[in-house]
Amino acid sequence: MSKNVKSAELEYDLVVVGAGPAGMAAAVRASQNKLRTLLLDEQPEVGGQIYRNITSVDARREEILGPDYSHGRTLATEVIAEAGKGSLTYWSNASAWQIDPEKTLHVLRDGRSSMVKAKAIIVATGAMERPFPVPGWTLPGVMTAGAGQILLKNAGLVPSTPVVLAGCGPLLYLIAAQYLRAGVAIKAILDTTAGTDWKLALRHARDLLTGWSYVRKGMGMLRAIKDAKVPFYRGVKGLRLEGEDALQRVRFSSGGREHTLDASVCLLHQGVVPNTQISWSLRAEHKWDEVQLCWTPVIDDWCQLSVPGIYTAGDGASIGGALVAALQGELAALGVMRQLQVKPAADLDRDGATIRAEIERHLAIRPYLNRQYRPSDEYRIPADETTVCRCEEVTAGSIREQVKLGCSGPNQTKSFSRCGMGPCQGRMCGLTVTEVIAKESGLTPQEVGYYRIRPPIKSVTLGQLAQIDE
Amino acid sequence: MVAKALFVPLAAKRGSEGAAPTVTVYFNDKPLKVPANTSLAAGLLAAGVTRFRNAPVSGTGRAPYCMMGVCYECLVEVDDVPSQQACLTRPQEGMRVRSMDDLPGLAFYDAEGRELPTPTKLFGEGK
Repeated sequence: MSKNVKSAELEYDLVVVGAGPAGMAAAVRASQNKLRTLLLDEQPEVGGQIYRNITSVDARREEILGPDYSHGRTLATEVIAEAGKGSLTYWSNASAWQIDPEKTLHVLRDGRSSMVKAKAIIVATGAMERPFPVPGWTLPGVMTAGAGQILLKNAGLVPSTPVVLAGCGPLLYLIAAQYLRAGVAIKAILDTTAGTDWKLALRHARDLLTGWSYVRKGMGMLRAIKDAKVPFYRGVKGLRLEGEDALQRVRFSSGGREHTLDASVCLLHQGVVPNTQISWSLRAEHKWDEVQLCWTPVIDDWCQLSVPGIYTAGDGASIGGALVAALQGELAALGVMRQLQVKPAADLDRDGATIRAEIERHLAIRPYLNRQYRPSDEYRIPADETTVCRCEEVTAGSIREQVKLGCSGPNQTKSFSRCGMGPCQGRMCGLTVTEVIAKESGLTPQEVGYYRIRPPIKSVTLGQLAQIDE
Repeated sequence: MVAKALFVPLAAKRGSEGAAPTVTVYFNDKPLKVPANTSLAAGLLAAGVTRFRNAPVSGTGRAPYCMMGVCYECLVEVDDVPSQQACLTRPQEGMRVRSMDDLPGLAFYDAEGRELPTPTKLFGEGK
């Protein structure tokens, strides 16, 4: 390889992966404290998914999306201001496809891969939608509620035909409220929970009071849905999406009756889960969270993974929402400053304690939300016929058969069936496969474990690999 | 496959805002005007593309599912490079996009750069 294409050595005190609330807050705090910081993100603009396009959105879209979305502008503006001043470098359209425990990153940008060295790394890759395996979920026209929101934020696009919203959780009601503000026709909302559990709400009365601002928002969304007289089905079971080449019908039962709705767009949602692809690829320790029903990386008081010098903050660490994510980003930045000894530890400890107390207040509502909107077993551990692995088209039944043959973990079922071996690298099936195996074998999800995630964690062409500077 | 778009711009619903800048991309050789300042996946959806690729096992049609880079359902061939995530790609004027109908195959060339048939000994029946 020619020597004269060798790029300047790229070295930073801190590299932050992901420019959502956690990553933006971490990068700003670190840069303000003179750490040479690189913030990189896959998208063309800062904001992550929650504040997607916040720096370029038009007034009409912003009005539809509401004040919680607009809130992200302050942080985004700070990032842009800080990036102009020298100690913060921001790379858009950049994907980290490999991160090693020695804190070297391989980053794909503008079709070229470069190597970046860091003294510390904050992984702020946020959340993704929990897989929603139901018959027909691979049909064109079936998307996640998050996808619907991104189309609205990023492109100002809304469904052209009456849309069916199915599942559970605050985001489902949020997109319904946003669509109603945008004048979009909603065919029906299919709620897979039984409705508000008042006994549960009473048990969490104190948490609900602490998190009152969240409760008020939730009630506002539900009221908007009710006022618009959107058909609302509770306790939805047996959800199936049908069609020839694309979605045509949604079938389900509710209140002991079978229903069929004609629809060509259906948005699914049953909560979000941490996107742990990078922390798994680092072989960091993870724990199965019995309440949130997902893996969370094990972190210390400063958001540091079991891999020294590598931190994770925001929804990628544990689901807490955008405000918690920003606070955790700051906390992780303080942790990095502590590690690099750029400020007296006592000052950092004091600031850290303040941030942790604030995080606690925001998280008060979570135990209630996690229980109220717990995705039901039927839609997490699906029936045999349901496709679990979208890429390789492996069904839940096939996974169960392999368990009967002696497979005790996702890496074995992967070898037997290619489940999890397609382009998404298990992102869309991993949680389901762990839970299906656990249920079938009588082991806990923790014992069953997860896929062994290996780099490249984003697709790289051979040509791009060949171009890597020495 | 281009049909009635499942997603339409907000402005079209209200008929208010001015036209956004567009670029022309070619999807399976058909010219499509798509908004310049959004992802290729969003642009193709708005232009009425309903099938982005075929599932390699069953051959059934697929289209974007997550729009945020995790599901890989929006894989398309962009300017001869296969398996590109359309939701993470910006459309460019004249961009040539193809649906991914088969598994991306290996191409073999002779010394003069002419494409050779796939060697059947290695891969079974060549196409």
